[in-house]
Amino acid sequence: MTETDADPTLKLAHMARQIADFFKAYPEEKAVPGIAEHINKFWSKRMREDFLAAFRQDDPRLDALVAKAMPKIKGWQA
Amino acid sequence: MSLVQEIDYGTPARLSDKTVTLTIDGESISVPAGTSVMAAAMHAGTKIPKLCATDSLEPFGSCRLCLVEIEGRKGTPASCTTLVEEGMVVRTQTPQLAKLRKGVMELYISDHPLDCLTCSANGDCELQDMAGAVGLREVRYEGGANHFEKGSALTLPQDTSNPYFTYDPAKCIVCNRCVRACEEVQGTFALTITGRGFESRVSPGGTDFLGSECVSCGACVQACPTATLNENAVIEHGTPEHSKVTTCAYCGVGCSFKAEMQGDKLIRMVPYKDGKANEGHSCVKGRFAWGYATHKDRITKPMIRAKITDPWREVTWDEAINHAAQEFKRIQAEYGRESIGAVTSSRCTNEEVFLVQKLVRAAFGNNNVDTCARVCHSPTGYGLSTAFGTSAGTQDFKSVAKADVILVIGANPTDGHPVFASRMKKRLRAGAKLIVADPRRIDLVKSPHIAAAHHLQLKPGTNVALVNALAHVIVTEGLLDEAYVRERCDLLDFEVWARFIAEEKNSPELSEKHTGVPAAEVRSAARLYATGGNAAIYYGLGVTEHSQGSTTVMAMANLAMLTGNIGRDGVGVNPLRGQNNVQGSCDMGSFPHELSGYRHVSDDATREAFETLWGTPLDVEPGLRIPNMLDEAVSGRFLGLYIQGEDIAQSDPNTQHVTDGLKAMECVVVQDLFLNETAKYAHVFLPGASFLEKDGTFTNAERRINRVRQVMAPMAGKAEWQVTAELARALGYPMNYPHPAEIMDEIAALPPTFAGVSYAKLDAMGSIQWPCNEKAPLGTPIMHIDRFVRGKGRFMLTEYVPTEERTGPRFPLILTTGRILSQYNVGAQTRRTENNAWHDEDVLEIHPFDAENRGIREGDLVLIQSRSGEIALHAEITDRVQPGVVYTTFHHAEPGANVITTDFSDWATNCPEYKVTAVEVRRTNYYSKWQEMNREEDLTLRVIAGRLSPAAE
Repeated sequence: MTETDADPTLKLAHMARQIADFFKAYPEEKAVPGIAEHINKFWSKRMREDFLAAFRQDDPRLDALVAKAMPKIKGWQA
Repeated sequence: MSLVQEIDYGTPARLSDKTVTLTIDGESISVPAGTSVMAAAMHAGTKIPKLCATDSLEPFGSCRLCLVEIEGRKGTPASCTTLVEEGMVVRTQTPQLAKLRKGVMELYISDHPLDCLTCSANGDCELQDMAGAVGLREVRYEGGANHFEKGSALTLPQDTSNPYFTYDPAKCIVCNRCVRACEEVQGTFALTITGRGFESRVSPGGTDFLGSECVSCGACVQACPTATLNENAVIEHGTPEHSKVTTCAYCGVGCSFKAEMQGDKLIRMVPYKDGKANEGHSCVKGRFAWGYATHKDRITKPMIRAKITDPWREVTWDEAINHAAQEFKRIQAEYGRESIGAVTSSRCTNEEVFLVQKLVRAAFGNNNVDTCARVCHSPTGYGLSTAFGTSAGTQDFKSVAKADVILVIGANPTDGHPVFASRMKKRLRAGAKLIVADPRRIDLVKSPHIAAAHHLQLKPGTNVALVNALAHVIVTEGLLDEAYVRERCDLLDFEVWARFIAEEKNSPELSEKHTGVPAAEVRSAARLYATGGNAAIYYGLGVTEHSQGSTTVMAMANLAMLTGNIGRDGVGVNPLRGQNNVQGSCDMGSFPHELSGYRHVSDDATREAFETLWGTPLDVEPGLRIPNMLDEAVSGRFLGLYIQGEDIAQSDPNTQHVTDGLKAMECVVVQDLFLNETAKYAHVFLPGASFLEKDGTFTNAERRINRVRQVMAPMAGKAEWQVTAELARALGYPMNYPHPAEIMDEIAALPPTFAGVSYAKLDAMGSIQWPCNEKAPLGTPIMHIDRFVRGKGRFMLTEYVPTEERTGPRFPLILTTGRILSQYNVGAQTRRTENNAWHDEDVLEIHPFDAENRGIREGDLVLIQSRSGEIALHAEITDRVQPGVVYTTFHHAEPGANVITTDFSDWATNCPEYKVTAVEVRRTNYYSKWQEMNREEDLTLRVIAGRLSPAAE
């Protein structure tokens, strides 16, 4: 069993980081909404909820840009 | 019903703005300049006798039968090689011509066996027809040397080495049609004429057909006017008596065929000249490998079982469908609406795919529908849609004939898309330049009369770095088409992109560290692409199946926009789609975030249109993709799956993870022709129907919608679309269609790109390329002509991000995967045909250096270990692969190629990274644990199936 099988939310964090890796080429004001929009468009509601429930913005396992995009992900509660 | 007959004009059609008028046998006829007298006569309704001419081949002028008289000219010129001229007066029938033709025929027949009644070409023989046409009544030459009598020193044995056709040299009239077909149509140059004069004979290069370069496309068989090259099915069963035009169910080229029948028995598939995708050509799969459709492994009775360890129990359709519906309802009641979903198939028709996604959205009440495009071309959809506004290739196939520079990236057209490859090779032989970007030396790099100007042999996983480097050269050396960019593209995006791409990190010199491709070669290729005239990009899964698959698609779009190579004939960015209906299955709304026509589920207006027509509210949230479904299954929240015509247990990456997911589900419904690998984990099996057993449409890689026509009754009594509709009804959602034509009408009522499509129009036009609507009532061969669908073309920043799948001391080699000509994807179809004669197992290609370092010899069993698992294959030592890279195909289930692939995937679409797996390879004496376990499971499956009817054995 892989690490992400044991904790599926780690896989979501990994997916989010990959998305951030693409948008990193853009300035932050474009990258952050780009990441959130991609997640809102392609992730199911439950995936978004699981992700938001599993990680706080200051979680060191999260990519910095992903953390900044979190408030723009649908279902975010401060 | 009768055979669909096509007119043979004798020489290829010529296009010209100039029309020439001439008189043939007193009739005036106008034809395009460049037309032959023979073709002009045929247009006027006069069939000039001929043997060496046929309109798929350039005229040859050897048979001397098509002679004519032309006023003012001496002699009797051959009408096939004589071009029309203004005011020409031609006579095709005169006493002198009759005498000459009779003499020619007499000579031909003097060396031909007169066994017409028992000949396999009886009734379908042009020699016989011509003997009749010229009124041959006697043959004065008897007893001389000949090639057919038993005991004649010149008589050669039949060659039966090819499983599909027989070469009988005794019947050969040396018309050269087969040799020319192999050269001109197929482009393989496997056939030649050996010997001179009376000794001349057709030969596949001095060996037998199977052992030769022959790719068994059948073009020679089709071109042969006699029984010299004839299908074994015709030899065995006789000539067909009726036919219907239909569409091949193999690759994304989507060739049109005449399915020629005797009653409900398919005798042969003959490529249809009027088929716009293939124009009369075919490959070994489409023409010959259809035996799977009636293979004894076909399951024709529905089956259910409570647990996957139980034996299957045959039941009625009603019981199976009701059981599936009850289970799905139970699971949803217990675990929630989101706990079930479906997978649509790119091997099924548009109509069938449309119904499955409708079933999910309207009857399941969620958007958990995905398709096998997830694992192949989903990055194409994302990338091209982002850059241009449409999730499809930009050109028709014909466009390649106008290309001056062809860039092939991560595709192996001669193996994966052979009929399109033949078009491409024809253009390359005529002088177009070729750039190949591929880690492996594919056949196109060097084949008869073709040599790539550049083979950019990059390391797997570095496409983005390479394409960025090409763009860097074009921008920094000022080779871009500024006027095009200014007029057609978003300038703000362009400026940001141009600054990014000009950065030193994207230079060929720095990229070389990642790609391994010498910078000078990249610079030279970039200059050729930018300045060589019309430049066209063709790409395949070597682009998409990477963690940066979508990024590469966008990088290629950037390259094409930068150089003004979008929006006209001969250019473009063109995905070579894997399966016959990948384009269609995506168009039909198979993705969890999109309704038919690529419109997001969150778009209120779109959803409303569907809700009104379907009479039910639709979910506003995107559903789960296949990998997400499997993840959720493993965590116990996704319990039911309806899979139509896909075999995710074999085709999807990291087999262990896939099967763990399937095992965790409570109701897996598999609808397929065969008990495939996924069926091992199924609770309900619904028998499918082959493409011969149903009506519908497929959409090929050039967006061409082609009709699929039923030529035999469904073996299990129902086509898939009927079963899906019944399942919907059992779930309480009404779905009633008398015929797939009504499903198409519903499709046309929803996505605007299909608005003008109907079966009536398809029957009238033959095929239609979408968009087909009010603006383009006859369809759209080339897209983005005056403007991009999204308005302005959008340059996206495509930063190279190395894959996380890294090589290191434990796994020092990179495994990449691909396909071979004779087999098709997971092999469920082709493995059940004689195509195994060419490829009966998947092997591991390894470079001589890597083999030597590991003490591996040709044919050794080797263990391939990755972070995901291990499998054993036999080794093939070859320098087609570069040192450090190994390669295999995934056509056979037993070796389990996907046991070792990882679950890394494309950042945007989760398309798996099949093309990069870090591995170690070493000699072994044993198959891997997974392979042994799989073999035992197969045995169990066969024992279980053995309790059933003989059909299931």
